[in-house]
This record gives sequence, structure tokens and C-alpha cells, in this order.
Amino acid sequence: MNNIAAVFVKQWKDTLKNKTVLIQFLMFPAMTLLMENAVKLDGMPEHFFAQLFAVMFVGMAPLTSTSAIIAEEKEQNTLRALMMSNVTPVQYLLGVGFYVWLLCMAGSVVFGLCSGYSAQDFVLFLSIMAAGLLLSILLGAIIGIWSRNQMAATSLTVPVMMVFSFLPMLAMFNETIEKVAEFVYSQQIFLLIHQIGTAKLQGKPILIIAANLLFAIGIFLMVYRKKRFE
Amino acid sequence: MNTKSEPAITISGITMTFGEKQVLNHIDLSIRQGEIFGLLGPSGAGKTTLIKILTGQQKADAGYSAINGICSDQLKGSDYRQFGIMMDNFGVYERFSCFDNLKIFAKIYHIGNEEIYKTLEQVGLKDAAKTPASRLSKGMKSRLRLARVFLINPSVLFLDEPTSGLDPATAEEIQNLIFNERRKGKTIFLTTHNMTEAAKLCDHVALLHEGSIVEYGEPEEICRRYNHQKRLKLHLMNGTDVELPHTNETGLRLAEYFSKGLVETIHSTEPNLETVFMELTGKGLS
Repeated sequence: MNNIAAVFVKQWKDTLKNKTVLIQFLMFPAMTLLMENAVKLDGMPEHFFAQLFAVMFVGMAPLTSTSAIIAEEKEQNTLRALMMSNVTPVQYLLGVGFYVWLLCMAGSVVFGLCSGYSAQDFVLFLSIMAAGLLLSILLGAIIGIWSRNQMAATSLTVPVMMVFSFLPMLAMFNETIEKVAEFVYSQQIFLLIHQIGTAKLQGKPILIIAANLLFAIGIFLMVYRKKRFE
Repeated sequence: MNTKSEPAITISGITMTFGEKQVLNHIDLSIRQGEIFGLLGPSGAGKTTLIKILTGQQKADAGYSAINGICSDQLKGSDYRQFGIMMDNFGVYERFSCFDNLKIFAKIYHIGNEEIYKTLEQVGLKDAAKTPASRLSKGMKSRLRLARVFLINPSVLFLDEPTSGLDPATAEEIQNLIFNERRKGKTIFLTTHNMTEAAKLCDHVALLHEGSIVEYGEPEEICRRYNHQKRLKLHLMNGTDVELPHTNETGLRLAEYFSKGLVETIHSTEPNLETVFMELTGKGLS
């Protein structure tokens, strides 16, 4: 536990210094605050921007920041120094993962508040976001472990992030994409968020998210066994 | 805990192959507690690989190695408290201050802030405690990496090329820090391709060439062993150099030079570790 806390505190102290990662946490919540207050168009669904940006945030921020943090530590060989100091790979990943998750949850609170949910729906919204963030953190960790350095991580992160964050938006305009997107967790997060307050939550999206999570865990274990933190 | 009579580091028959290339070939070494041991060899000789095997970062194809009696293959997380490891490529957290760089590791090992400041003072970085690592010179970064090792007060230190790429003055500062650790009774395993450094610091050295140890012993003793020429070199007042072979007449000839007041300096011409390495392998150390 102490080692997880050490990694977490290290990341926490780095928050304001690491602009690349900081911007990931701030961009969408800030844009939501701005757009929700500045843009009001006739026929636009209520809290359109908050809900759209929330899904994009799930697919973008945790994935980008987790992969960037891990890749940077690998590139600068600080990760190796940590591993030689009694920190296990699992402790490191938990420390980094919890840090990213917590900051993203703080961002999610902004989306939730801007969406005007009731207390019960607000908790539900945060729970849905928490699950999505967890999956994206796992995908970010896979990319971070796979990549040799930050440049390699970025070139992998960008297309993956684009797919997961923009798929729900593209699915609104194309039926084929919608059919494909149905099997992707970010689309299900999008659907779940839109179901809040309107109907009972369905089991199918939760099952798909769970299947995505299991699939990601499988890939993570495979990549970790192959690459470790080399 | 190891007793004083047991070796701090035991290496027996360590063999390692990368693809077709044999990186280490049946390495046998025993390093006593409290000594500075130097592994000398050019880049690619297998020095770093041996440290990685010893510290459990890599598994050898064959052989056995142990630190303080603990087999390298079975090192657990808590065992790393006993060893300080400074690999050539270990980085520092560039955005963090010197203090915060050490604080991360202090938290892991439950070490207080007072000890951090003491360590920074030890390596001469107390005034730079709040300076971000990105603004440190190369020498200061090396001292910071060394501070990370000193912080946990380990009994065995592994230092991979600790003065590589540093200017002579900074290298000497680092060497003094290493020597101070030895005075405290620490065992130090260092790799270097700097033979002057090895001769100055090490109690014993091993010369590593293409994965095999080609010579082992005290630096001075090795140099004496390969002193085939046995000559004295005189630098005369008129700027010329004269070499005198060791013969029955050497004393008389020396006396003659001195009586005429011709001698400015006089040196014996033992080989150094570099020339010994060249004699053994036909290649230089750098």
C-alpha cells in the first residue's frame, strides 16, 4: 500500500508540472463549462455538450494520460529505478491508474453538474463514467507498456483514442458505424448516459462494457507478459 | 545477514548468450565485504549485463550468483533495501526538484526528510535541493543519481559507469564520494572503462574482454605482473627523455646523471591497466 501511495503522490506532485497530461484532464471539463453556458441553439437536446464531451473525455483523457505517463517513465528510465526500489509493476500500475482515475472522476463531476442531474442520477452518471474511465486507463496502460518511448506511445494513442472517443458521435450519422459501435464500450457509455433519467437502465450495455473490460484485461496480460516494462 | 568472512558477492559460472553472441562466458568472481571491486572492459564487453544478472534484472543462461548470500534469481522486493543500484541509464525525474526526486524513494523506504537533506549535503547538492533536475548539469545529475543510492544506506552498491561522460574535476568528486562509502564499510561493485579511475579506487579489478575475464587482481599487482620491460624514464633539464633498462649498471648511470645535475624528473615505466588490457586482448579499453 505504501508503494502505491508513493507512486500516487509522485504523480500528484507532477500534475501541475506536466502540462501534456494536465491539459488532458482540463480540456473537456473546461470546454463543457464554456459551451454549456455560451451556446444555446433551438432544437439542441438539453445538456448536449456536457453529455457529448463526457463520452469524448472517457475515450481520450485517461487513455492519453496513462500511456504518456508510462511511456515517459520508460523512456527516461525512471521506471527501472522504481522497479529496483521495491516497487512491483502491479503497485506502479495501481498508483498511476488510481491517480488518473481520480483526476478524471473530478472532471466527471463537472460534466455531471453541468448535466443538471438529480442526486440519484448524478451518482449513476459517475458510476457509468467510473467504469468507462477504468477501461480507458487499461487501454492506456496497454499502449504505455507496448511502446518503447513517448513518440511511439503518441503514434499509437492518437488513432486508438480517435476511434473510442469519436465513434459515438459518428454512429449518430451512419447506420453501419452504429452497428459496429454497438460492441464498443464508449458507445455503450454514450447510450447509458442518455438513458439516465429517461428509462430503466438496460442490462445489454453493461454486459458489453463488461465484455470489453474482460477483453482489455486479456490483452493487457498478454502485452505485459511479452513486454513487461522493458 | 552475512558474516564478515563470507563474500558480499559470489559469482560462479555465469554464462549469458544473446542470440548467437556469448555475452558472458563462465564468469567466476568472489568479492569481499567492504572492498571496491572494479569490472573493467570496453563498451559491449558484458559489464552491464553482469550487473543486471547480479541484481536480478536479468536471468543468466547458466551459473549462480548471490549478494549477501541471497541468490540473485530469488531476490525479493524487500531485499533491494540492502543494495543500491545506479545503472548508467537510470534517469531522474526532470520536472522534480532534487529534494522531490529523493522524496519519492524516501517514501518507499520510510525515510524522513532529515535524511534526505543529509544525503543531499553528502553529495554536495544541498543548495540545489529546490532546483528542478532539468536545470542540473550532467555532473550534478550524476550526484543526484548517486544520492538516490546513498539515501537507503545499502550495504552493497552497484555503480555502472558512475563517472562516464563527466569532466575530470566532477569525476574526481564522484570518485571521492564512492571512496567515502568504502570507508564506511560498504561493498562497491563498479564498472568502468576508465583505467585511471579503477587503479585509483579499486582494491581488486577484473578485466573483461568479450564476455571472459582475462585478468584479475589488485591493480598495482597486475601492472607489476606485466612489467616486462623494467625501465626507468628520465626527463632531462635540456628537454630530452632517456630510458634506462634495469641492469647492473643502472645505478652507476643514474648517479652520473644526478651528479651532473641533468635530471628534471624520474619515473619507473610499469604498464598501466590500459596497456595490460591491450597486451592481453590487442584492443583498448575505451
